Amino acid sequence: MVDPRRTSSAQWARAWLGLHVGSDISLANAMGREIIVSGLAHREFIEHATSGFDPYRDAVAAYTLERAERDTGVPAAAIREAAHAYAKAGRAQICWTLGITEHHNAVDNVLALLNLALLTGHVGRYGSGLNPLRGQNNVQGGGDMGALPDRLPGFQHLENGELRAKFERAWGAAIPPRRGWHLSAMFEAMERGELTALYVIGENPADSEADRHRALRLLEGLQCLVVQDLFLTRTAEMADVVLPAAAGWCESEGTVTSSERRVQRVRRAVGPPPGVRDDIEIIYDLARRLGHDWGAPDAEGLWNELRRLSPMHAGMSYARLEQLGGIQWPCWDESHPGELYLHSRLWHDPLIGPRAPFSVVEFQPPVDTLDDQYPIRLTTGRRLDSYNTGVQTSRYASPLRRAETLDLSPHDGVRYGIADGEKVRISSRRGSVVAPVRYDPGLRPGLAFLTVHFAEEVATNELTVDAICPKSGTSEFKATAIRIDKFQEN
Amino acid sequence: MSDSPSPLIPIPRGPLPAIPPPPERRLVRIAIDGQAVSVPEGATLLEAARGIGIDTPTLCYLENLTPVNVCRVCVVELEGSRTLVPACSRKVEPGMSIHTDSERVRLSRRLVLELLASSVDLSAAPAAQAYLERYAAHPERFGPAASTAAQPVKIDNSLYVRDYGKCILCYKCVEACGVDAQNTFAIAVAGRGFEAHISTEYGVPLPESACVYCGNCIGVCPTGALMFKSEFDMRQARVWDESSQTQTDTICPYCGVGCTLTVHAQDGRIVKVTSPLDQPVTNGHLCIKGRFGWQFVETITSDTSPPTPRVAP
Repeated sequence: MVDPRRTSSAQWARAWLGLHVGSDISLANAMGREIIVSGLAHREFIEHATSGFDPYRDAVAAYTLERAERDTGVPAAAIREAAHAYAKAGRAQICWTLGITEHHNAVDNVLALLNLALLTGHVGRYGSGLNPLRGQNNVQGGGDMGALPDRLPGFQHLENGELRAKFERAWGAAIPPRRGWHLSAMFEAMERGELTALYVIGENPADSEADRHRALRLLEGLQCLVVQDLFLTRTAEMADVVLPAAAGWCESEGTVTSSERRVQRVRRAVGPPPGVRDDIEIIYDLARRLGHDWGAPDAEGLWNELRRLSPMHAGMSYARLEQLGGIQWPCWDESHPGELYLHSRLWHDPLIGPRAPFSVVEFQPPVDTLDDQYPIRLTTGRRLDSYNTGVQTSRYASPLRRAETLDLSPHDGVRYGIADGEKVRISSRRGSVVAPVRYDPGLRPGLAFLTVHFAEEVATNELTVDAICPKSGTSEFKATAIRIDKFQEN
Repeated sequence: MSDSPSPLIPIPRGPLPAIPPPPERRLVRIAIDGQAVSVPEGATLLEAARGIGIDTPTLCYLENLTPVNVCRVCVVELEGSRTLVPACSRKVEPGMSIHTDSERVRLSRRLVLELLASSVDLSAAPAAQAYLERYAAHPERFGPAASTAAQPVKIDNSLYVRDYGKCILCYKCVEACGVDAQNTFAIAVAGRGFEAHISTEYGVPLPESACVYCGNCIGVCPTGALMFKSEFDMRQARVWDESSQTQTDTICPYCGVGCTLTVHAQDGRIVKVTSPLDQPVTNGHLCIKGRFGWQFVETITSDTSPPTPRVAP
């Protein structure tokens, strides 16, 4: 278990590597170097299915265990043990979540982990693999359906003319030939005045965006903001038009895709409140107002259209999804069972398709640096009973829920003279908030923790930095430099 | 091909992923009520009997838990064995001959059910009620019904109630809280003999215990001793009407695990969420958000806070 915090999961782990926030690449590169110098690399696999090994080996040569110990704070012996355990395992998986991706170098962090799987052959085989654990029930499905700036449904690239032409023929409409913007780029475009109208469906960026002052200013500057949501969220309160939407998981029909690529049916269990409509109905009506009559909205009909256009979904009829309890993509035809794991082609002899490339990535510490003025590293995450900005979870009475706290190492409490439960002012280079401190022995000295669940009480994103990964557009929610000061009530 | 992959070009299709076959299980021949059957080695007598359509009663057994052999209502007669054996955990052996409905079996099941029903309140346990009828049990011959374990209902949190006057000590909740699902170990059996009872550490209220409110204990409770607070309140108000409820399977709206939720609705409102035991992702076990986090769909958050309307047009 690699995590800056000693979480309850870490307490179950055989070993916990409590690294400094944002030092993941140094750790992974050092593990890679250790695997190579110990002769544990899977030479046959590297030779057969990968490219770029030599530059990778040369790049990680600088990441000795001692250097990684300095970068990460993890003892060299623990890094060595983790490297050997991973390389020698008969089957091994690397699972990660936002601790890897909510950084200014998110994609590099992921590539550093991919390198380890390529080095050891722990990919494309039963029980092995690389698993980005999805934090939401359909974030995978959003990507599957083409809710990405450069993809059409089924991950077909928008800038491939042949693929684009297929969709243009089916839809009888021209598709812009160049990729669009991801969320962070949209905010940059608002800043430049290029993006003046925004249609937000089921998202609450007024609370969820990093550097909230900036996000609110840009949302307020829009000429037109349309929000489609279950609730009058803070974003919806700012909107020119609010479209009340049904709950996708229990008031409408459709599919979602889970973390294991399993497409699953969601079904209407109850009707929406009066005046509230299914997302599909709303979008069909909008199309009609814009001069395109698509007929009667029908979730299964739309799904079948997707199956005709996206080869990886072709075999997933509603009947089969029902019968098999969901199917993992790719599922090429109606006799195909779906695939338990990906990349089996890498083990096929001869190799099918392109080689899997090693990537040279270097350790880059977080953008918001620690100094005498901002000496504490704040990281963010979730608490068990809550979810994101709390739009859903604030509406059930959880006995686990307590007021938001700044979790702090007891050691730091003593050091800064802050008692457990004492209210403090928390400041970053962008803003400040007030919250009580809670001592958490799972945090190492110098590390603090907040969630974004309770923006009304503690607007954590007033503190966070909008440094974004240039390749993925994710903000560095995981690494903010803060200071804590005693709070004087007026 | 040896070029690096381009995002513009779809990766070609590979071979179907190879999945190691499960270890081969030899067939074992046994006789059940005189009928010869072949079942895979490692199977239990309960599985063998169910395989040929014999409905063996169970209370402490559940497909997604490790058998603990405490309720004894599943006992069957094994030829050559001095005692009756629990069908839920006894594995098949070649040449076994068992009787699932002999006089001795019926007598034992009847007695077990009478002892349980005479000491606890089984009014919210429809399965147990059906067994009492099937085995012509007369718990009243042991004294006034449900007097011995009667005790106040424990209501110490907003999500579930514990009515140990209905508890038959089947251990299912302990198993679900422990190694079979949640690994939280908030509850265990405390005390000995007649004093044995399900308890948190030192009997503290749930909010002071290790409980994480996954509700997996409610999911496995066979007698209604553990119950959703929302269901309990509706039953108290006499508006709980299972016969008018619909059940619809869908997917949890929270994380990416993709647990199947069975949404129980009455009069167009969600009243309870459960999860099917045969769903492959978590075998019917959920977390606090999946089991209780659905209330945002309804318009009222709790008894104490004012109604929060969904956005109106």
